Amino acid sequence: MGMPAFPEAARTALADGQLRANLRTATGTIRAKRAAVVAERADWEQLREAGRAIKDQALHDLDTHLLRLEEQVTAAGGVVHWARDAAEANRIVVGLVRAAAADEVVKVKSMATQEIELNEALAAAGITAHETDLAELIVQLGHDRPSHILVPAIHRNRSQIRDLFQREMPDAPPGLTDDPVALAGAAREHLRRKFLAARVAISGANFAVAETGSLVVVESEGNGRMCLTLPEVLISVVGIEKVIPTWQDLEVMLQLLPRSATGERMNPYTTIWRGTTPGDGPREFHLVLLDNGRTAALADEIGRDALRCIRCSACLNVCPVYERTGGHAYGSVYPGPIGAILTPQLRGVDADPVAKSLPYASTLCGACYEVCPVMIDIPKALVHLRAKVVDANRANPSPERTAMKVAAWIFARTRRLELLQRLTARVASLLFRKPTITRLPPPLSRWTETRDAPTPPPEPFRDWWSRTREEP
Amino acid sequence: MDAKSEILSRIRTALGPDRTPVDVPRTYTRTTPETDDIPTLFATRAADYQARVRRVTAQPTLAGPGGPTALIPFDPVPVAAAITDLLKTTHVRSLVVPADFPEALLPQDNYVIRRDDPPLPVADLDTTDAVLTGCAAAIAETGTIILNAGPLQGRRALTLIPDTHLCLVRADQIVGTVPEALSTVDATAPLTWISGPSATSDIELHRVEGVHGPRTLLILIID
Amino acid sequence: MRIGLFVTCFNDTLFPASARAVVRVLERLGHEVVFPRSQTCCGQLHFNTGYQRECVPLVAKFAADFADLDHVVSPSASCVAMVREHHPRVAEVARDPGLARAVAETAPRVREFTEFLVDVLGVTDVGATFAHRVTYHPTCHGLRVLGLADRPTALLRAVRGLRLLDLPEATQCCGFGGTFALKNADTSVAMGADKARHVVDTGAEVLAAVDNSCLMHVGGLLSRNRSAVRVMHVAEILANGADA
Repeated sequence: MGMPAFPEAARTALADGQLRANLRTATGTIRAKRAAVVAERADWEQLREAGRAIKDQALHDLDTHLLRLEEQVTAAGGVVHWARDAAEANRIVVGLVRAAAADEVVKVKSMATQEIELNEALAAAGITAHETDLAELIVQLGHDRPSHILVPAIHRNRSQIRDLFQREMPDAPPGLTDDPVALAGAAREHLRRKFLAARVAISGANFAVAETGSLVVVESEGNGRMCLTLPEVLISVVGIEKVIPTWQDLEVMLQLLPRSATGERMNPYTTIWRGTTPGDGPREFHLVLLDNGRTAALADEIGRDALRCIRCSACLNVCPVYERTGGHAYGSVYPGPIGAILTPQLRGVDADPVAKSLPYASTLCGACYEVCPVMIDIPKALVHLRAKVVDANRANPSPERTAMKVAAWIFARTRRLELLQRLTARVASLLFRKPTITRLPPPLSRWTETRDAPTPPPEPFRDWWSRTREEP
Repeated sequence: MDAKSEILSRIRTALGPDRTPVDVPRTYTRTTPETDDIPTLFATRAADYQARVRRVTAQPTLAGPGGPTALIPFDPVPVAAAITDLLKTTHVRSLVVPADFPEALLPQDNYVIRRDDPPLPVADLDTTDAVLTGCAAAIAETGTIILNAGPLQGRRALTLIPDTHLCLVRADQIVGTVPEALSTVDATAPLTWISGPSATSDIELHRVEGVHGPRTLLILIID
Repeated sequence: MRIGLFVTCFNDTLFPASARAVVRVLERLGHEVVFPRSQTCCGQLHFNTGYQRECVPLVAKFAADFADLDHVVSPSASCVAMVREHHPRVAEVARDPGLARAVAETAPRVREFTEFLVDVLGVTDVGATFAHRVTYHPTCHGLRVLGLADRPTALLRAVRGLRLLDLPEATQCCGFGGTFALKNADTSVAMGADKARHVVDTGAEVLAAVDNSCLMHVGGLLSRNRSAVRVMHVAEILANGADA
């Protein structure tokens, strides 16, 4: 991964005023919408509790549920494939597309296929993948990277999208305006022929019901329905954590997801299918079950909570860090708070500078945990992963590690703290005459470059206490 | 080891031998209060997401099981008239209907009617203005209609390709909540849940109607 | 009532006035304050930065230092959150049942100052006077971990002469975040600058909060930008005029 670690990537993003304005508008809009539809449900907390329990139930018996899912999908005429990692999943999909003698596929937005970089693998095999979700199309036309789980082109505003369509879409109507309705219309025309002619479609799934073998895709535009219904062959790449035990569990998930994701009581379209149905939809259905680091996360008792994630993006939309840096700074297809705990686990906490920096890309403010529909305690997981990063690097000396060790040594004895306090007060009174300090040496210069610091007062609290309350 | 065995073995190692069973607390609301006017709530909520909703009253007919009235257990005359009126508000000139759609419900003006029997090629669906169907169930709270390829609905492509969808919803098909709907509908058939016309929130997270699915959704509630 | 003061190492060294204010308010209300001298640090810095191993002795020390007190009060919501929420977790990770028992004894008795006033003492009017326009920033750990809700503002509203102004987007984090302020200084400052702008927009003379760490961050930005807005711990406002 040649990506810069979070702090450096964030610095670049923060300098982009347009990006920050786009993010502020978009996240502000969605936060208000979500809050309104969540407030309608007096039983929201009960729904969250149920959502958490359903996902935990699935994860705590994952092998059983996956086997049941496989059995049910097979019984309904589907074919189940298992993929240990990205390379294996890509190999399976490429093989299936080739077997269908297709040289292009239509795709409905899927995080799993982004994670495994399926489009790149297909391209290497001479197969063109057409992203059909509007935001994915914007990203693909712009040779860009997604920056949000739900709305991958959140970093672009309407006029930037208009300019992009005019530049990159050969059939863009002349005089295209930046009205979102017109832009959506242009996308409709652009993709229509591709949908009607496509022979192979690739999707992910929001849920896979073990009990019935049902796959569920939740969407808005109808591109999902097009992909899931019209082609002859449908391939769904689904992370193993997407399984839920029972049909009844959908009654919770289909309420939590739309309200948390787009702030709607229900999203425009949901497709639920089992295997194949003669005369209705694809004649071949392949389900590719993907591990790619998920079982490693499952082995971590705290980290595994991240596998409950239903990819709603509510945590991104409320995150004050995400709102300012955008998604690209996270250097992963999973940005925001959930990405900060998922990416290091899927890749390994110490795998690369990005993975190592992500657990620290948060103030631990807790806004994400408050909105998470499946109650993932993201701050807890972040702190846990920070400990893993620290423990993985204990052999390498660093100024931070030294500082932390010294601090722990000082705090271990009251007397040492008292001496430090008096020393600090003495030095401060010699060096600083004003109530605020404007320049400090490194690493504290990172504070004073932009912020004043308070001058330590001459008398720590404990000395005041001794002086006024205790007998000499 | 093959991929399946290896993934299962990784899972078993990750979870260890002691598995604590998890109970799902189902204390959330599962039904609507009986006092609520469910068809009215459905009409309001469907309209919230830009579906155009009309209501028509039709007398019930005594339906014998399997008899000719099983598909439409109501007087078709006022319903066909309401369909005609509703279509007049649109630019629709051609219509596709599922194979089992009764003649008695077809609009009374000069429309090109295509019956999906035998199944029409997608190119024909693409040049048809509208589709006319019934539904399997509807959810009041969310303004959702549910199709399951059952009676009066046809296959999924029918309600996807034409730009206008007119859906008939009998008041007795409307349930209050999502849990009620899931316990009502047959889970073996492919399901399509529709809440308003095709829409996107992909530009600045503003919802706008009209992308790939039907851009106009007309709902006729039969009381 | 005999009340132990958990001053926190940060307030002890950098913001002793806030701790003195806590003592003044509690004594004025007729209670005896004791200061367990042996206390040092709750370990929040280490815990939140990933140095959980280094944190264990600090947690043990805290439990010992505050062992025999019925009530412990602190002018820092985030340190109280550390003790109440995370000390049990540190004990669990350390697999030390003795420590877990000690923590289970001590941690629940530790309360943030405004929480203690409202919930334990049942007081919202402490008899203070402060004739200024004030806006209140609910710091994250007070808001989301401790659930302080309207306790601090109820206390502020009862202060004579004080005009409380609503802070726009009040519940959004100020960007301090402990070592985040240094490790991700740019993002931290971007967040803090927005917070400072909202504060200035209210027209308040004073920004109040129950965490001096967050105030140091926003206040440092306000001061760097030559803003006239001062930052003050809620305890210092509640202590104002209390001796009169």
